[in-house]
Amino acid sequence: MRATFIKALAEIAERDERVMLLTADLGYTVLEEFAGRFPSRFFNVGVAEQNMLGVATGLAESGFIPFVYSIATFATLRPYEFIRNGPILHQLPVRIVGVGGGFEYGTAGPTHHAVEDVGVLRLQPGITVIAPADYNQARTALETTWELDGPVYYRLGKDEQRLVPGLDGAFSLGRAQLVRDGDALLIVVMGSVAPEAVAAAEELSVDGIECAVLVVASVSPVPEEDLIEQLSRFRTVLTVEAHFVTGGVGSLVAEVAADNGLGCRVVRNGVKVPLGAPGGSEAYLLDHHGLSRGKLREAARLAVLQTASI
Amino acid sequence: MTAAVAITPSVESLQNTARTLRRHALRMIAEAKSGHPGGSLSSAEIVTALYFGGILRHDPANPEDPDRDRFILSKGHGVPILYAALAESGYFPVEELMTLRQVDSRLQGHPVLGTVPGIEASTGSLGQGLSIGIGHAVAGRLDGKQFHTFVVLGDGECQEGQVWEAAMAAPNFELDTLTAIVDSNRYQLDGAVEDIMSLAPIVDKFAAFGWNVLEIDGHDMGAVVAALSQARAHRGQPTCIIAHTVKGKGVTFMENDNEFHGKAPNKDQLEVALSQLAPVT
Repeated sequence: MRATFIKALAEIAERDERVMLLTADLGYTVLEEFAGRFPSRFFNVGVAEQNMLGVATGLAESGFIPFVYSIATFATLRPYEFIRNGPILHQLPVRIVGVGGGFEYGTAGPTHHAVEDVGVLRLQPGITVIAPADYNQARTALETTWELDGPVYYRLGKDEQRLVPGLDGAFSLGRAQLVRDGDALLIVVMGSVAPEAVAAAEELSVDGIECAVLVVASVSPVPEEDLIEQLSRFRTVLTVEAHFVTGGVGSLVAEVAADNGLGCRVVRNGVKVPLGAPGGSEAYLLDHHGLSRGKLREAARLAVLQTASI
Repeated sequence: MTAAVAITPSVESLQNTARTLRRHALRMIAEAKSGHPGGSLSSAEIVTALYFGGILRHDPANPEDPDRDRFILSKGHGVPILYAALAESGYFPVEELMTLRQVDSRLQGHPVLGTVPGIEASTGSLGQGLSIGIGHAVAGRLDGKQFHTFVVLGDGECQEGQVWEAAMAAPNFELDTLTAIVDSNRYQLDGAVEDIMSLAPIVDKFAAFGWNVLEIDGHDMGAVVAALSQARAHRGQPTCIIAHTVKGKGVTFMENDNEFHGKAPNKDQLEVALSQLAPVT
């Protein structure tokens, strides 16, 4: 996702001289293409994320469109106050690119696991928050939002192979994408864990349980109308995210349901305990937190059974 | 740039302007019954020299001019003295100064971008202004513009880690169009900087980070103007001016009395202060 994103960004930078790329020493093997083609518009500010956001704020005030790039935790949490006081308060076109949302940096340990990035940014009005489900959607998302007036957060994954079946790279601000239909249950998924959710739905289909899957990549602005339309069709909704269940797409769905008086039950699947032990690969950690296709399949099966007995 | 070429006024005239700004600042703070007199008064000569001493190239009639010099008050709590300078420069009516911190006023307690013209950054959370200044300076270089960016920091503010991230970056980027001025009034909210978290030797620190460092008496108007001119002309590296100042400068009972870091003068105190700051003819 990130390689595709940076490649697409370089193409945009070719067309628009305002586009810049800043990193806090995490560009190795990823940003060379941009840095090589546009050396005057690439800055490595060193291991200093707060200053990076500040410099980006000044650049944006003077007419540039700076993209700042780091691992999702470092890009969002360390300079969080500056994101608030700079790009958001000033309503400037600073783009924060956080790589490795969720557990993508698996064995690197909890300091590298971004499971609250979407939540802390989503609660700020005035910043667009985008969490693409695969690399094709990431490219479309960039191409349709890079020129927005206000700040944007892009939560990217590292995978460049897996595609969400049925998504076809679709992205539209304030919209969600129904990638699979069914009548037993609605699964609402955010981010690069989406292929697991779709795989779970496919496995249930073998047993005759047809689940619909809705991808929410435009987290802010909220795809309110699409969510209302889909939530209204189901008695139970399963949310899936490699993120704390508070603040992310689970909260978002619950808010839309409550705000609009929808009758569905919301079963949130995500991280529910503090980070720490155990350690492991992304696959291991997703499974540990109930987010592997197998765990999601069983969670969905249980939710369908419970719905039938209500 | 449409502004007329500024004719540098005499030192005496600038000193009177500084007194005018001080009177405005204290009246505003007293009216609001809230604000930071000490750090506003210590910056008076620096701000006066910038806005009225022919240093800052700006045009109040065209505040968005892409070629304008940028001024960022990173120590945002000192904003009354900046509002006073902006009003006296013609960015907005002088009468509006008395709305500081009032309901619906454009003059908030710390500067907010987009409220009154002339404010370049929202500050108030200390430590963030120098980074923004670097962004402007880099942008100016990329755009081939000649503008200079000036950032005023407090000495207590330099305890923020981000200041040193920025201090590292500016010389690395060879930003000779950037000048930092540290209003070193030796006090912070809780007491003396020296007692709480000493920055000494601050000159050596900035020099070690690669800055061209000038050290001046921040109340010696001639020295302030000269240092700012020198900073602007210096090539190859950014300049940091360590301006030794007195908190509450100009009002005998406020000078070095840290009670007035963040406390407004009452009516009687204001009268005494204003009499001490009367224009000198």
